[in-house]
Amino acid sequence: MQLEQATVIAHAPIQGSYNLLQMRAPGVAARVQPGQFIHVKVPYLEECILRRPFSIFRADGESLSILYKDVGKGTRTLQYLEPGESLSILGPLGHGFPEVSAGHFPVLIAGGYGMAALYLVAQRSPVKGVAFFGGRSAQDILCVPEFEALGWKVLVTTEDGSLGQRGLVTDALDAWWAREGSAHSPELFVCGPGGMLKAAARRAEERNCPAWTSVDNNMGCGVGACLTCVLKVKDGESWTWARACREGPVFNSRDILWEELA
Amino acid sequence: MKPDLSTNIGGIRMKNPVMTASGTFGYGPEYADLVDINQLGAIVVKGICLHPTKGNELPRTTEVASGLLNAIGLPGPGVDGFVREYMPFLRTYDTPVVVNIWGKTIEEYAEVAARFDSVPGIAGLEVNVSCPNIKEGSAVFGTDIKMFERVVKAIRSATRLPLIPKLAPNVSDIAEYARCAEACGADAISLINSFPSLAVNLDTRRPILANKTGGLSGPAIKPIALRLVWLAAQAVEIPVVAMGGISCARDALEFLLVGASAVAVGTASFVYPDTALRVAAGIGDFLEKEGIASLSDWVGSIKA
Repeated sequence: MQLEQATVIAHAPIQGSYNLLQMRAPGVAARVQPGQFIHVKVPYLEECILRRPFSIFRADGESLSILYKDVGKGTRTLQYLEPGESLSILGPLGHGFPEVSAGHFPVLIAGGYGMAALYLVAQRSPVKGVAFFGGRSAQDILCVPEFEALGWKVLVTTEDGSLGQRGLVTDALDAWWAREGSAHSPELFVCGPGGMLKAAARRAEERNCPAWTSVDNNMGCGVGACLTCVLKVKDGESWTWARACREGPVFNSRDILWEELA
Repeated sequence: MKPDLSTNIGGIRMKNPVMTASGTFGYGPEYADLVDINQLGAIVVKGICLHPTKGNELPRTTEVASGLLNAIGLPGPGVDGFVREYMPFLRTYDTPVVVNIWGKTIEEYAEVAARFDSVPGIAGLEVNVSCPNIKEGSAVFGTDIKMFERVVKAIRSATRLPLIPKLAPNVSDIAEYARCAEACGADAISLINSFPSLAVNLDTRRPILANKTGGLSGPAIKPIALRLVWLAAQAVEIPVVAMGGISCARDALEFLLVGASAVAVGTASFVYPDTALRVAAGIGDFLEKEGIASLSDWVGSIKA
């Protein structure tokens, strides 16, 4: 990890309230592993003193990009950043997704902008698998062509039926599992809201399949000092805290005490 | 000529006057990839009590205007866990290690202090008598002068290490606590701890933090801290370590001007991990530009 002053290369809305920010950050970009994140100090927002964590979407040579939704003060202000301007980033941080296990078939499961954390998994996996993208409506389904261009099959679900199949991402996963799951040994790579992570983890447990889940806890320092982002993980018969920013954000789904996750 | 930045805090010899504030720099390894620990004046680790503790439920922190409200609740590995897991790492550096200690009873405070007395590589003890987020004990010791006196005396008789009680900001007469610490044999005092505060959620009508209240830190509390440090420094002869919203060298210079002999960088390390190093360098640059040969010539030189 390192502190780096990144320079904005390109920054534009992609659809709805989602934006793509591409920056030149050769130090950080060179070391990125799938599922890691950067911690960003939003310029021009002095009253908000903390950094904001963002999954790293892509990392190409000296540049990296994040894909974010306008969800609050930080992201709202970040939107005004223009090419040529600079921002302080800390990264790459955390433990990301492992490589796909030998003999397993990778299955990506993403809710909304959760797909951003999975792009590098798809890009670097030697086996092209299947990706399930879910969201409230068509506006929340992002970058399907980018994943298809990598040779992945993408199955879309929306809660309002405005794109793909109507329902939850786990409905589509269940249908696929019943149809084709037995022909593969699926390994799940999951990023999205808490409820979706839980639902995916439950299925992995029932079917005794490996699953890697990326949690989205509120963070403070991003490096393991402030203990804001902790979650309960199993520790023998008891439990212990793990830091989403340091031991995570990606955890083996079997380790997390899902009933305790906020 | 480069000014002399060295300082001595109650027997703790520091190459520069900038420490990390307890709870904002972990136990060291968290920041070792980003910060050269050898360049810190001292490293003050997160609070340690007798046994391992888990701390509070979530949410533990929330951002407020120019500040951070926290109720982490002092999770930690306990004395033995800390000595076993972190001291071998910390001993590899040429920087004084100050351990922040806390307890739920006077006996616990004294026992923790006594246990550290025989641990090699520990330069001093900072006593947390004022954590606002622990249900029993701690906060009471910091805001009741009789309890404060008893706990400082008990720790003093339990350790030979330099002793630095950390004062609570929410008292009516900070000078009284400063003088009491000095009279009980403290080698220095540090202040301020975070300020007891509240944040609520209008939608749920509940406090945001699981602990309900928390301690406020960051730039929001700097003017409060500056006044209290100024008052405390006038009340005692022992050195004062100042903290409260320090984010840059100029902030630190203000605290030194009003009488602090050293400063600690806290919440700012969460944002820019190298803040303490930049503050130390900036103090040197400022003194050099002003033609001041030694830090001690600046400390307490306020015209008032």
